[in-house]
Amino acid sequence: MTMFLTIAVVVLIFLVIFQIAKASEYVSVLKGEDVSRRQNNKVNGFLMVAFLVLGMIGVWYCNKLYFPKTLLAVDSASVEGARVDSMLWITIAVTGSVFLATQAILFWFAYKYQEKENRKVFYFAHSNKLEALWTIVPAIVLTVLVIVGLRNWFLFTGEPPKDAMVVEITGKQFGWIFRYPGKDGAFGKKYYKNIDPATNTLGMLWDDQLGHDDVVTEQTVYLIKGKPVKLIIGSRDVIHDVGLSHFRLKMDAVPGIPTTMWFTPKYTTKEMKELTNNPNFVYEISCDQMCGNGHYSMKGIIEVVEQEEYDMWMAKQKPQYLVVFPDKDPSNAKAADTTKTTVKAVDAVATKTVAKL
Amino acid sequence: MSNEAVLHAHSGAATHEGHGDHHEHHHHETFITKYVFSQDHKMIAKQFLITGMFWAVLGGLMSVFFRLQLGYPDSTFPWLESLLGKWAKGGHITPEAYYALVTTHGTVLVFFVLTAGLSGTFANFLIPLQIGARDMASPFLNMLSYWFFFAAGVVMLSSMFVETGPFSGGWTAYPPLSALGDASPGSKTGMDLWIVSMALFVVSSLLGGLNYIATILNMRTKGMSMTRLPLTIWALFFTAVLGVLSFPVLFSGFILLIFDRNFGTSFYLSDIFVNGVGALPNEGGSAILYQHLFWFLGHPEVYIILLPAMGMVSEILSVNSRKPIFGYMAMIGSLFAIAILAFLVWAHHMFVTGLNPFLGSIFVLLTLLIAVPSAIKVFNWLTTLWRGNIRFTPGMMFAIGFVSLFISGGLTGIWLGNSALDIHLHDTYFVIAHFHIVMGVASMFGMFAGIYHWFPKMYGKYLNNTLGYIHFWVTIAGAYMIFWPMHYEGLAGMPRRYYDYSIWESFKQFVELNRFISTVAMIVFAVQLLFLFNFFYSIFKGRKLTTLNPWGANTLEWTTPIRPGHGNWPGEIPEVHRWAYDYGKDGHDFIPQTTPVGADESHH
Repeated sequence: MTMFLTIAVVVLIFLVIFQIAKASEYVSVLKGEDVSRRQNNKVNGFLMVAFLVLGMIGVWYCNKLYFPKTLLAVDSASVEGARVDSMLWITIAVTGSVFLATQAILFWFAYKYQEKENRKVFYFAHSNKLEALWTIVPAIVLTVLVIVGLRNWFLFTGEPPKDAMVVEITGKQFGWIFRYPGKDGAFGKKYYKNIDPATNTLGMLWDDQLGHDDVVTEQTVYLIKGKPVKLIIGSRDVIHDVGLSHFRLKMDAVPGIPTTMWFTPKYTTKEMKELTNNPNFVYEISCDQMCGNGHYSMKGIIEVVEQEEYDMWMAKQKPQYLVVFPDKDPSNAKAADTTKTTVKAVDAVATKTVAKL
Repeated sequence: MSNEAVLHAHSGAATHEGHGDHHEHHHHETFITKYVFSQDHKMIAKQFLITGMFWAVLGGLMSVFFRLQLGYPDSTFPWLESLLGKWAKGGHITPEAYYALVTTHGTVLVFFVLTAGLSGTFANFLIPLQIGARDMASPFLNMLSYWFFFAAGVVMLSSMFVETGPFSGGWTAYPPLSALGDASPGSKTGMDLWIVSMALFVVSSLLGGLNYIATILNMRTKGMSMTRLPLTIWALFFTAVLGVLSFPVLFSGFILLIFDRNFGTSFYLSDIFVNGVGALPNEGGSAILYQHLFWFLGHPEVYIILLPAMGMVSEILSVNSRKPIFGYMAMIGSLFAIAILAFLVWAHHMFVTGLNPFLGSIFVLLTLLIAVPSAIKVFNWLTTLWRGNIRFTPGMMFAIGFVSLFISGGLTGIWLGNSALDIHLHDTYFVIAHFHIVMGVASMFGMFAGIYHWFPKMYGKYLNNTLGYIHFWVTIAGAYMIFWPMHYEGLAGMPRRYYDYSIWESFKQFVELNRFISTVAMIVFAVQLLFLFNFFYSIFKGRKLTTLNPWGANTLEWTTPIRPGHGNWPGEIPEVHRWAYDYGKDGHDFIPQTTPVGADESHH
């Protein structure tokens, strides 16, 4: 019912506008083309300036309402991201002033040079000086922006500092899997055909000793404040993207082609809660590359903590190898007799995995 | 063959049934040959335009639907279910439907509306009329070009009715998502139809483009040297060159995708484990290869869309300022520079794919270089207005609006082209704001400017002015209200192509803004319907044209009869003696291109 009502109202408005438009056309024919053209010019010339003024007020008001909700209102959560922010400010200053100047000139000229009787137009076909001016000035300004940009770009995409920790992050429809290299600092080999959604989400090769201490987690990843971290990014199915808006970085996760990204967290999650005045604040990993119907829900969490807290957390994690083969776990050796049934189940899995190899 | 010989041979061929005044009567035209399988470039232009309008309404309506979801995520609309059935169960658009709508909206608007509807329409309509030719080099291929486009549309439309739904992986159709039906239901039959439709579209634009190039190079009338061409023709020429050189690359990308989808090859696929299916046998392919092939067209494509709008805007600004376009040669030079650079910047869409950083830095440099010719164009347009005598026809209003939008959207390109900023802003709403303003809305404004300006030539009637002014003011204000605030969403890191933001602590603060944007989008859409009403009403009932040259313009199309027949000029094709921009010269309001240069005339 309300739908029909809405349609009826819209149609009615259409009809009214149309009738007015039709009537004004008759009037203009009666008045003569020149007279009505002059009137139209006056009205629209005025509207041009009005649009400029109202538009600028709108820009100011929009900024007032929404700037506090952007990331620029809060400090970057990574050391490197601060460079993105300062570059943003330079770019805003440059493009913003060009925007204001050119829009003002455009609408002001439109108003000022609206048709007047007896105005003689200035036959001005070209001027090498002017054209050279607005070729060279933009070129110089852009060169500056390029230099600033590329210096940052090579920093972001270059090698991380030597003391950086390494974490592997793998996207899948629709979630994230994380892997820490463990005490040996090296990842074990993996091969995608070994993937088993229940026990081996990454397809690790269990006969590779290096992988025996690798810790695998899902959903949440722990990072250390002040310690550079290098992410090794991969995907299990389609292209995803590790979007870290608070750290001002992102990188695609491409199946078959590992990518990397590094940054240094500056604030713990707790500190960010205070900084943003938001007790619910979390660092979210958003998937920024269309990856299917669940794309919008593909979320990961980053917990940035102090070193001690990280160590405590890490001590509680069990390497994936020991999760899959509990009988290899020294802490499980004594309890093994009492849990025969589970061992059987795990044995079955283990033989299956071995068979695949 | 000399230009003259070509002309005579052609005029003989085109009008062999009857030279002279009664030329129209001697064509035994049936309804089918006149309105359906017409080989008259003017009729083909109208076919492109009206088909484009159909797709614009459909594509626009899709955006209204998905804006409903974004603006009112918690509300239900029972009428949506009666319209979309299972795609809006309980009056709530499903994620499948949302992504299908977003994808089809993008594909349809970019290719069917802004490529076929814009350059197809005006290249067909203006090239023969403005260069002084009776028709295209090959009217038959020209007709085929339209019908391939039509077929592409039919296939695309049919994809909306298959059980698994239309393709839903984004208009860029990146594999592996677009290659694997098991990864997304939209990548099943819907994707097959999408590729077939796009392949037909590529054929259509190649047939059209080759024709435009051949016509412009070979069939100019006597005296119409390349440097006397109106800027519209230069723009359409570069557009056609871009299309002819880049569409085949896209096509090759699609062929490989078809092979991966249907014949077990691994061009784009490697190391994939699909949930519920298991590990796929494909190894050694590169998903990034597709992106290179896609963006090698994809980036020139945005200039394929933009250049015709620039050309028409240059012409319309000059005519209605009653002043020559400022820096004609610089305008051609900047079009040329843009056309060259368009081929050298594609990887700026791929800064975050893991691209070699050094390669990325080259693309940063080349991308920001495009800002230079763009700046030249903007300042030349502004100088064209300076000390003019401006008539605010609706066409002129849209041309001014184009310049405003091109500045706004172009400047944010400087942000995104710089890879160190793109690494933060990539695939956020900032990108949506950028390309909708600079490519979408600006080109739409160029198209509207062209329609309002040349409607009298197309149909011998005027469009209603008052409706035109309403259309302009609501659309430009609305466009800014929709897309300007999206920059802020982007600066908050809000990713694009999300169905629902409510579960995200980082992005859920824009509920009210999204509702505002959706509401404005619906109003703007309604006003476009008002324009369509004006268009179709005026074809039949509009105020009749009584003069040959209503805008006092110099170009050749205004020397034809009010309703030109097939062949355009009843007698000889007029000869050209000067460039197209002698407005306000030596005290004359305008001097048409057909007027011989007087002995006492000043040189410019």
